[in-house]
Amino acid sequence: MDFDWQPVWLTLKLAGTTTVLLLIIGTPIAWWLARTQAWYKQALAAVVALPLVLPPTVLGFYLLIMLAPGGPVGQLTQALGIGTLPFTFEGLVFASVLYSLPCVVQPLQNAFEALGPRPMEVASTLRASPWDRFITVVIPLARPGFLTAAVLCFAHTIGEFGVVLMIGGNIPGETKVLSVAIYDHVESLEYDQAHLLAAGMLAFSFLVLMTLYLANGRYTRSHQP
Amino acid sequence: MNPLKSALISTLLGATLLSNPLTADEVKIAVAANFTDVSRILAELFEKETGHKTKISYGSTGKLYSQIEHGAPFELFLAADTKRPIKAEHEGLAVAGSHFIYAKGKLVLWSIEPEAFESGETYLKQGNLNHLALANPKTAPYGQAAVQVMQNIGSLANLESKLVKGDSISQTFQFVATGNADAGFVALSQIKAWKGQTGSLWEIPQAYYEPIDQAAVMLKKGATNPAATAFLEFLKSKTAHSVITEFGYGVE
Repeated sequence: MDFDWQPVWLTLKLAGTTTVLLLIIGTPIAWWLARTQAWYKQALAAVVALPLVLPPTVLGFYLLIMLAPGGPVGQLTQALGIGTLPFTFEGLVFASVLYSLPCVVQPLQNAFEALGPRPMEVASTLRASPWDRFITVVIPLARPGFLTAAVLCFAHTIGEFGVVLMIGGNIPGETKVLSVAIYDHVESLEYDQAHLLAAGMLAFSFLVLMTLYLANGRYTRSHQP
Repeated sequence: MNPLKSALISTLLGATLLSNPLTADEVKIAVAANFTDVSRILAELFEKETGHKTKISYGSTGKLYSQIEHGAPFELFLAADTKRPIKAEHEGLAVAGSHFIYAKGKLVLWSIEPEAFESGETYLKQGNLNHLALANPKTAPYGQAAVQVMQNIGSLANLESKLVKGDSISQTFQFVATGNADAGFVALSQIKAWKGQTGSLWEIPQAYYEPIDQAAVMLKKGATNPAATAFLEFLKSKTAHSVITEFGYGVE
C-alpha cells in the first residue's frame, strides 16, 4: 500500500503557519488584556474565548458567508487582489487563526498576569525602555506561557475538522488536511489507510502533549526556590 | 407516593397513550442527501395518510451505507444508487429482493451568476473559472455522474485542479449557493426546491452520464415494522410519484 504523505505535510504546514502567526497576533492582545483596566476588557476576553465554546460548524458557516465573493471579507480580499479565500490554503490559515486564538491568548494572558507589575517597574528604574523590558524581562519570565500557547495552538490546529470540512472543499495538497483525509477514508470504507493515519495522529498528539508537560514540569521545578 | 401525585401521573400517562392511535408506529429512514426536500414533503403526506411517524437522517449514500454497516438503527434506506442497496441485501443487512427504484435522478450544472454561461458544455470546455463544485465521487453517486460528464466532454484533466468536493450533494449545493464556487454539479431537485433561483442552469443530457437510478431497500431492522412496510408501499403510490416527478425526478 503506498502511503500518501501529502495530508501529513499539509497539516504540519498549516499548524506551523498558524502558530507563528498567532504568537505574533496573540501576544499584544494577551498583554493588553492582562494590563488594561478598561471597562470593556471582559467583553473582549469573552470574544477571544468564543471559538472554544462555539461548534466549529458555526464558525465554518459564518466564514463561508463572510468570505464568499459577495460577503464583506470576500469583497475586501478581492479588492486587495488576493481573490476569495474558501477552498484555499490561505483560507484555512485565516480560519485556523480565528479557531485557535483562545489557545494562544489565554495561556499568555495568565502568564502575564502572574508576573504582576513589579518586574517591569524594577526594570524601568534601571532605565530599560518598554520594548527592552518586554524582550529581556517579560518574555523570559513568561516562557512557560509561551511554550504552552505554542504547543496548544499547534495541536489544536492539527485537530481542526469541522471548519475545514465546511470551507475546505477537500482539495488534495491545498485543503485536504489529516483530519479530513481520515474522514474521507472512513466514509469510503478504506479502513487500512484510515487506521494508519488515525494511529499516527494519536501517537503524535500524545507525544506533543507529553513533551509539553515534561518541559513545563522541569521548568517549574528548576525555578522553585 | 401520595395519592394526588399518583393520580396525576396516571392521568398524564393515560393521556399520552390515548393521543396515539394504537396502529401508529415510527419508522427510521436513511435518505440520500439529494432527496432531502422531497422526502420532507413525502413524510408529511405519509404521516397524514397513515398516522405513522417518520424519523429521517440525511447524508451521502456512501456515508449512510457505512453507518448502516456499523449498526445504525435505520429501518429503510433510500439511496442515490442501486449499488449500495443491492450490496446491503448481499451482506445480509437488508431483506433480500426488497429493493426497487423509487426515482431517477437528474444532474444539472448550476451557477448563481445569471451571466455565468449560455451553454454549460462550452463553459466547462473553456474552463474559465476558479472553483467547480461537485459531490465527493467516492461516496456520492451524483459526484460520480459529474465526473462522467466531464470525462465525456473531455475536460476532466483540464478542470481537475479546480474541483472542490462537497461532503454530500447538499454541501455541494451550499458551495454554489453562497457563491464560493463559480458553478457546480447539483441535483435538479435541489434547484426545484430553491425558491427564486435566477442563475445559469444547464440540464445535462442523459447521454453524458449513466442513469442515476435511486433504489430504496427494506433493512433487516425494519422487516417487522408495519410503518416501514407502509412507507415503502407509499413510495410506490400515485401520490408519491406525482411529488417525486414534480421535483424533476423520473419514475419507473
